[in-house]
Amino acid sequence: MNAIEIKGLSKIFDERTAVDTLDLTIKQGEFFGLLGSNGAGKTTTIKMLCCLIQPTNGDALMMGNSIVKNSEAVKQIINVSPQETAVAPKLTVRENLEMIARIHGSSKEQATQKAGKMLSVFDMQARARDRAKALSGGFQRKLSIAMALITEPQILFLDEPSLGLDVRARRELWKTINALKGIATIILTTHYLEEAEALSDRICIMDKGKVQIVGTAKEIIGTAGTKTFEDAFLMYTEEGAL
Amino acid sequence: MKSFIFANRNFKEITRDPASMIMSIGFPVLLIVALSLMKQSIGGMADIFEVGNFAPSMMVFGLSFFGMFVGSLMSTDKETSFLMRLFASPLTAVDYIIGYSLPVLPLAVIQGICCFIAAFFFGLPFNVNIILTLVVLIPIAAFFITCGLFIGSVFSSSTSVSGFSTILINAVVFLGGAVIPLDLIGGIFKTICYLLPFAHANDAVKAAISGEYTQIIPHLLWVLGYAVVLIVPATLIFRKKMKG
Repeated sequence: MNAIEIKGLSKIFDERTAVDTLDLTIKQGEFFGLLGSNGAGKTTTIKMLCCLIQPTNGDALMMGNSIVKNSEAVKQIINVSPQETAVAPKLTVRENLEMIARIHGSSKEQATQKAGKMLSVFDMQARARDRAKALSGGFQRKLSIAMALITEPQILFLDEPSLGLDVRARRELWKTINALKGIATIILTTHYLEEAEALSDRICIMDKGKVQIVGTAKEIIGTAGTKTFEDAFLMYTEEGAL
Repeated sequence: MKSFIFANRNFKEITRDPASMIMSIGFPVLLIVALSLMKQSIGGMADIFEVGNFAPSMMVFGLSFFGMFVGSLMSTDKETSFLMRLFASPLTAVDYIIGYSLPVLPLAVIQGICCFIAAFFFGLPFNVNIILTLVVLIPIAAFFITCGLFIGSVFSSSTSVSGFSTILINAVVFLGGAVIPLDLIGGIFKTICYLLPFAHANDAVKAAISGEYTQIIPHLLWVLGYAVVLIVPATLIFRKKMKG
């Protein structure tokens, strides 16, 4: 079954086309990487799929629910970990988790139970009572992802989850993200090509708002006829290979 | 129900900032104590610094800080992408407006009680009107909340919100008659001040404290009118921003 069916999705800001007639299908349970240079249209695409901005044209079905006609139903089954850290700074780690669970409809008891599970899965029990603002950047990212996952979304968007993290924190986060495979359909945007290559089942490279190629990392390298994924990426974006 | 969960979060965010609490509750109390002591020492000071006049003005002044807290909280949420996370949740625009507004109301009552306790030491009579005054403070707090909602909806950066909130707080002091006797100045300045809601807010609290019950409603209606005028664009702008 398809988790996401994007049909002719476009977004035009004034006279600038950010996303241009996007057509894409993502299977249920798939880990899908969305790559592109700055301004390629990745974040705009995610914002449309999360019902945060309205498309200029086209539509997308999220588990069968239209983002244009039935955004309330879409919001019940998705969650997002935004590009910047998105935690309530003066709430504790546990309070952040419980609040998001309750906003998405869990009872107090269910929220407590789910928060306990997330603290365990993300290895955060020792910091459960610490306020979010006291956490390191890597830990805040981990919390941000846990907050997205606690609602048990059928579709999860991870927008640049490892941006600004050091190598060790990034590798730790990869491990955490990798463990999410199969739990939900995951759409990952990232500037780290090795991250997309290591984690994604399939990858889409976007440029100037359009899909350039979709496939596994190996397929993309093969089609591009390059030695590395980075070379293939450069070939499909901006001015082509360097 | 969801709005209460969001309100609970906002209450914690505001009350866990000691500087905010000292500013909104401690500062008006400090001014009541300081000015009342000065009034006792300097007999010739203007009547507006007499505790029965000055304490109500300081209660309203303290409430204006809550407008700033609401606006600041909204802008911080925007800047940290926390609001983006919430926009992707099932919360509606009404949930946000209620969620940002509710936490301030109990704080407004606490602030009023603290101001009363300080004012009692300088001769403010202790009677049943205190309860009425605390009730009157709630719609006035609601007005300042709508100011915060409006500023927080229109402006995205915390710097802009902080700037406009400072203008609001100064307007309360200088255009509300807290430190400038409006009756003494009179003329067009007084007319302008009474076209704005701040002097009416002060007068409503004064009327409640002194037991002039018929005077309360006209002043409160003026204040609430401004609240209604502000809440409509605030909600519309917020709703528009929710849809990107």
